[in-house]
Amino acid sequence: MQAAPNTVDPSEVAKFEAMAAEWWDPKGKFKPLHMLNPCRLDYITSQIAGEFDRDLSAPEPFKGLRILDIGCGGGLLSEPMARLGATVVGADAAERNIPVAQVHAEQSGLTIDYRCTTAEALAEAGEQFDVVINMEVVEHVADPLAYLTACQQLLKPGGLHVCSTINRNPKSYAMAIIGAEVIMRWLPKGTHEWNKFITPDELCELLSQSGVNPVDRKGFVFNPILWSWSLSDRDLSVNYVTASVKPA
Amino acid sequence: MDNPARAPILKVMEIDSDLIIVGGGLNGPALALAAAQGGLSSTVIDALPVGDRKARGFDGRSYALALTSQRLLSAIGLWDGLADNAQPMLEIKVTDGRAGEGPSPFFLHFDHAEIEEGPMGYLVEDRYLRRAFLDAMEAEPLITLRHQERVVAQDTSDGASVTLASGEVLKGRVLIGSDGRRSGTAERAKIKRTGWGYGQTALVCAIEHEKPHGGIAHQFFMPSGPLAILPLTGNRSSIVWSETEDNAKRINALEDADYLNALRPAFGDFLGEIKLAGTRFTYPLNLTIANSFIGARLALIGDAAHGVHPIAGQGLNAGLRDVAALAEVMIMAVRRGEDIASPLVLERYQQWRRFDTATLAMATDTFNRLFSNDIPILRMGRDLGMGLINSVPSLRRNFMREAAGLTGDLPKLMTGRAL
Repeated sequence: MQAAPNTVDPSEVAKFEAMAAEWWDPKGKFKPLHMLNPCRLDYITSQIAGEFDRDLSAPEPFKGLRILDIGCGGGLLSEPMARLGATVVGADAAERNIPVAQVHAEQSGLTIDYRCTTAEALAEAGEQFDVVINMEVVEHVADPLAYLTACQQLLKPGGLHVCSTINRNPKSYAMAIIGAEVIMRWLPKGTHEWNKFITPDELCELLSQSGVNPVDRKGFVFNPILWSWSLSDRDLSVNYVTASVKPA
Repeated sequence: MDNPARAPILKVMEIDSDLIIVGGGLNGPALALAAAQGGLSSTVIDALPVGDRKARGFDGRSYALALTSQRLLSAIGLWDGLADNAQPMLEIKVTDGRAGEGPSPFFLHFDHAEIEEGPMGYLVEDRYLRRAFLDAMEAEPLITLRHQERVVAQDTSDGASVTLASGEVLKGRVLIGSDGRRSGTAERAKIKRTGWGYGQTALVCAIEHEKPHGGIAHQFFMPSGPLAILPLTGNRSSIVWSETEDNAKRINALEDADYLNALRPAFGDFLGEIKLAGTRFTYPLNLTIANSFIGARLALIGDAAHGVHPIAGQGLNAGLRDVAALAEVMIMAVRRGEDIASPLVLERYQQWRRFDTATLAMATDTFNRLFSNDIPILRMGRDLGMGLINSVPSLRRNFMREAAGLTGDLPKLMTGRAL
């Protein structure tokens, strides 16, 4: 496998490998991601459509765009991007995720280039993308700035970087760790380390330092009455997402 | 790269259309047309020959379309062709009555002027609605019609396919059961149903009458069951008359003249002389709800999902709500790049519609049980209740908004917005 230097913390990769086979079971361990997915997709698709002037009601609106999905897992974001017509590379540092994602894409009649690799290795190889999707990864890496810089290098000029993570405050500790891991058991205990969480201001500062211009940020808010997620302009207190553009 | 788990054969899904819709009555075509707006293709399979479905004569059947249903038909491009043959329902009068005694003095009166959104609904004859659907489907390149075909088997384990009686197999991404309250699609998917009969039968016919109806719909609650008089175009009305099974059997066996004689005292002579205009129908009344509205790559809509008591004319309206909700869920999924038949996508439809449906089933059931009797205390109670609702404008408006379909979490197509 890749011997390139990478910033993935080995103990983190092992945790996700243990869960890989369950990726596509909507009622399994990845239920929370499946629940969050429509909301993530709404954000990603609208940002891409806006940045590249595409009409989402047209067939294959993302045709001609090369998209990288980092931390692709079982392909929950890669498959929708491919279905929308994009050329997709799904990258994951956990080797076991790759065959799982590959098999599922083939079952779905989709062609996706899944690779067991890292952002750093792809950047070193000179790969270039129109869009880098980087969801719920940055809180798991050892050196966020080095990682985000690699993401920036992967973008063509004018390219779009969509990055989501979890805020760091008492509420996010309660929701993401006590709520999701301990009470709901949505995620295995130890999935997250709270001190690795990043505030929106910190993330935008890191993104700027990496060489992209943050242009948008929104919150993912869970509504326990409707039992579903929605996007919020104001509430970025727990899960949130950003969009940044690499200068042309 | 070297990938040990690479599947030996790359499976490419070859499909005839995105949706395979079993049942070409009203909800199935409505879904096909709504889905086409989002670029989804459909094959609509119906057991009847097309000639029967395009019959031009009036057979006596009609529908009370709620305002929201009319908006849906408008959004899928059907309303312009129907408007000329649609009778607006301007007022609804609800009366508690006993045959021979005339109506009780207490009644509910709903006037469309109070909800400020136009008429409360429209009466449209079955023949016009069916023809409009067939014409619209024939004009839509994304829709393939298969008339006079019967589905004998289905497989939704990998994609969605059906086998026709001829042996031909049709493949799609999702299978839709819009094949009525005895849905074969639901049965083949082993989806069980819950339901019960009411011991009542609906006698349905259209009448011509001497005096104009003024766009007013009447609902009389008779001890044996409710009687509705719904205004059709011209001096004609549609009658939906629920009777106990035995009474209905006896009345239906009568000659036309005696049938009318049995009907006349039930609502008095406010429409003047009456005569039959079309065929008489009977429908046994029962309630049947599928225990699940979805299965693997499968969704049920309309009566296949829920056959409710037709007491308030809500059967087709509830079906069209399914159509609007499912079309919205699937088209949103397409635009996100999701698989339209994934369990998560179909679950969104089920969650949206099941609560609504259970509420409707319970409300119509309770309403019917409350009104279909002649126990004095209940009669007094409901007269007072109706008088009370009638005297409080806000309560009355809530009832009207409910009847017009304006309550609940409305799908976009029912608010007049495009998807």
